[in-house]
Amino acid sequence: MRSLPHDPRKLLVIYAGGVLGALIRVGLAQAASTSPGQWPWATFAVNMAGALLLGYFFALLRDHPAESLHHPFLGIGICGTLTTFSTMQLELYGMVDGGHLGLAAVYAAVTIAAGFLFVRIGIGLEARRPGVAR
Amino acid sequence: MTALGWIAVGLLGGIAAAARFVIDAEIAARAESPFPLGILAVNLSGAFALGLVAGAALHGEALVIVAGGGIGSFTTFSTWILDSHRLREAGLERLAWLNVGLSLLAGFAAVALGHWLGGAL
Repeated sequence: MRSLPHDPRKLLVIYAGGVLGALIRVGLAQAASTSPGQWPWATFAVNMAGALLLGYFFALLRDHPAESLHHPFLGIGICGTLTTFSTMQLELYGMVDGGHLGLAAVYAAVTIAAGFLFVRIGIGLEARRPGVAR
Repeated sequence: MTALGWIAVGLLGGIAAAARFVIDAEIAARAESPFPLGILAVNLSGAFALGLVAGAALHGEALVIVAGGGIGSFTTFSTWILDSHRLREAGLERLAWLNVGLSLLAGFAAVALGHWLGGAL
């Protein structure tokens, strides 16, 4: 299988963003750990914050050239790593396994609906930045 | 958590982010569809791996490092939702909901399968 060339500078900034995103997410999870019968605030908070930021950065950088290192650092590195899909799924599994079916359904629905909302808010905030003429 | 544990979380987080990017880019370059297959593959494999380590009853700092620093960093929520939003914006409403529904259901199944396998090990 032929491998695509990946710009080492891009990999480096993604790595740096990943270090930051992981430390913030795991730090928050350690500070506010929850049991399967509770709303997972730490995961919910990082996922919503990351969705908001990614919407903002996406809108900010979509007109910029692809070679820019801003998107790999902010979008893929920080937002991509700050947020997590697998932990959310493990939490859902724990809720279902523990018999908290209603909580699982609400957690899945609210996370997805609010995730879309925060992406849109992020995109909208970028358009209202002072000094942006559109 | 010890200082060494936090260093491991950061190092693994960076490696996981770079791995997510490379795998996503390699899959996207081969796929002939606007459907975000790369992130789907990353998220489903990560969900399976997380189920596996949770089922294998990994504990304490080792669990935080592997699950939080490694696997949690590898998978992503924000890109999944932004990609779905962009599919909707592009008028590909059905693909957008397929991406949401498939990821959610298959992700749950992947965790359950991993958890069962991990417990059987």
